Amino acid sequence: MSFQATPELEAEVNELISHYPVKRAASLMVLHAIQEKFGWISSDAVQWTAKKLELQPINVFEILTFYPMLRQEPQGKYAIKVCRTLSCALGGAYELHHHFCEKLGLDAHKHGPQTTKDGKFTVEFVECLASCGTAPVMMVGEKFYEGVSHKKADEIVAGCK
Amino acid sequence: MAQEYKLILKHADEAGYTPDIECYLRHGGYDTLKKAFAFQTKTLAEGKTQTPQEQLRQEVMTSGLRGRGGAGFSCGLKWSFVDRKSGKPIYLICNADESEPGTFKDRQIIHKDPHQLIEGMIISCFANDVKLAYIYIRGEMPEGAKILNAALKEARAKGFLGKNILGSGFDCEIHVHRGAGAYICGEETGLIESLEGKRPYPRIKPPYFPAVLGLWMCPTIVNNVETLCNVKHIVAMGGAEFAKLGTPNNTGTRIVSLSGHVKKPGYYEIEVGKATLRELIEDSKFGGGLRDGRKLKAIIPGGSSSKVLKAGEKFKLKKKDAEGKDILVETDMLDLPYDFDSLAQAGTMSGSSAIIVMDDSVDIVGALANLSEFYAHESCGQCTPCREGSLWMNKTLHRLTHGEGRAQDADYLVKIADNIPGGRTICAFGEACSWPVQSFLAKFKDDFVAKGKADEERRAKETSEPKKLEVAHH
Ligand SMILES: Cc1cc2nc3c(=O)[nH]c(=O)nc-3n(C[C@H](O)[C@H](O)[C@H](O)COP(=O)(O)O)c2cc1C
Ligand code: SF4
Ligand code: FES
Repeated sequence: MSFQATPELEAEVNELISHYPVKRAASLMVLHAIQEKFGWISSDAVQWTAKKLELQPINVFEILTFYPMLRQEPQGKYAIKVCRTLSCALGGAYELHHHFCEKLGLDAHKHGPQTTKDGKFTVEFVECLASCGTAPVMMVGEKFYEGVSHKKADEIVAGCK
Repeated sequence: MAQEYKLILKHADEAGYTPDIECYLRHGGYDTLKKAFAFQTKTLAEGKTQTPQEQLRQEVMTSGLRGRGGAGFSCGLKWSFVDRKSGKPIYLICNADESEPGTFKDRQIIHKDPHQLIEGMIISCFANDVKLAYIYIRGEMPEGAKILNAALKEARAKGFLGKNILGSGFDCEIHVHRGAGAYICGEETGLIESLEGKRPYPRIKPPYFPAVLGLWMCPTIVNNVETLCNVKHIVAMGGAEFAKLGTPNNTGTRIVSLSGHVKKPGYYEIEVGKATLRELIEDSKFGGGLRDGRKLKAIIPGGSSSKVLKAGEKFKLKKKDAEGKDILVETDMLDLPYDFDSLAQAGTMSGSSAIIVMDDSVDIVGALANLSEFYAHESCGQCTPCREGSLWMNKTLHRLTHGEGRAQDADYLVKIADNIPGGRTICAFGEACSWPVQSFLAKFKDDFVAKGKADEERRAKETSEPKKLEVAHH
């Protein structure tokens, strides 16, 4: 599967590059832009980014493999991130995560992101999302949810069409 | 009686206050920038002159403002370290990584009053001859990044950013740079590496002090969101006036993030040192007390890295008596004024001003295990003591919370934690990951030993009375 940059992406990336006196600095933002459009970052996308930024592919690959938010494989249509850090844990984050996993047929004890067989949901524990006063908190894609009860969790899942 | 004092969050939660520029302008927005541009070169007593930029920096110095990101370092001093003779451009970075567990104050500013931050940044740029600045915002705040980008666009359209701002002859541009889920990007040199498009491996100091060798090896200022907002208020009211807020050496206000077992978790802005931990937790204007029927067990007073305080702990606090002599006053942990210096005297810190409250329902071993998992996940892995130590501590705490503990695990944890900090690592993450372990074990050792012992006894019983084999009957 080869990576095809759309003219839109091309324009966005050119704009991003213009924000920095050194092209390489744009790499994280470029990978964000790619992931937003394609859902993940393929090795062809890495090659393309490297060429665009006049880098070696390894320069791009090393950041792709470091940052937890960047994906090397496709994820579910809806990416559910549940905060697991202390304030949220005190507010029931583990129970919430367990609830999602049970509901979606995933293993609550497994490490790392897990995707449902139908590719609809990816569920993942993440670290503090900087909203500890409204624990437990979570995100679905870019949307943020606070004070999530199990009932609210069910509604969120039901709202994912 | 302690009160909220809203300086930074003055408008943020007012009904009808919106993050757009029109609303900001209606509330006197960008007037302070105009005031900054209006400063004139001053002739001092000995015939020396002081440029507007020098005067602005002097105001910040006079204000006593200390960084709101975690370390509480004097902002004026930090700015004074900037190498202004190198001939290289000077950069400013706003640290909006907000990733210290327990902290959620910068989020409020970014989401509700982005122009306040932008105005503070433009003034800070002007004061430091910075023409290009970045806001490094954590990846998990996509909405915040959009709000900031929209606000920057508005500011450009109104001529507050770009070339020759408001006819001052000053050029300045600000861009948003998004992180991607790594805590270490909050550490200023890790942040700089990340902004350069590399792995966020912190740089060793010396020689890489950002003020001299920062972004692209140029002099760079890294300040927290709240710090930069304060700069606006310092210029608006004057440094001396600002210094009257708060308490000596702990000036201004702080936005306290309160979470965990209180009735009303949330963010509360106070004059620094004008409220005690007790007031913040119990007062109905703040946390509103613990849940009914619960007793306090512990407080983490300044973000997850700060050393834990145990309910009932007493400290000797330096105070002045009626004649102005220094005396030591025994102070309960709850009566510590919430400021930089009192918490330092209690052996901990106000850090990112995030208080996590734990009542007696909390399993203290589990709480530490939770934090250790965070640090094991977030160590960047450059330094052996931090990389291995954070993993070993996590592994040990994992077994202690999963029925596989040993009585000696308590001592083992301390031994690992003691071998990480003290100049053995490149960045302060090493300290940050060992402080929780050291303090939890110093103050709650019995809980850890008891857990390990119970596990050992259970396992011994299991081996002496082997489980009967389950035979399936069909
Ligand atoms: C591991 C680590 C994480 C940090 N995370 C943050 C952060 O999320 N936000 C922040 O403003 N400062 C953070 N800091 C502090 C920064 O390194 C730096 O001191 C701060 O941004 C300076 O700004 P200030 O002087 O305005 O406080 C962190 C420091 C360390 C060691
Ligand atoms: S102390 Fe830890 S986080 Fe800091 S540079 Fe070393 S390994 Fe990385
Ligand atoms: S601990 Fe969950 S948002 Fe901070």
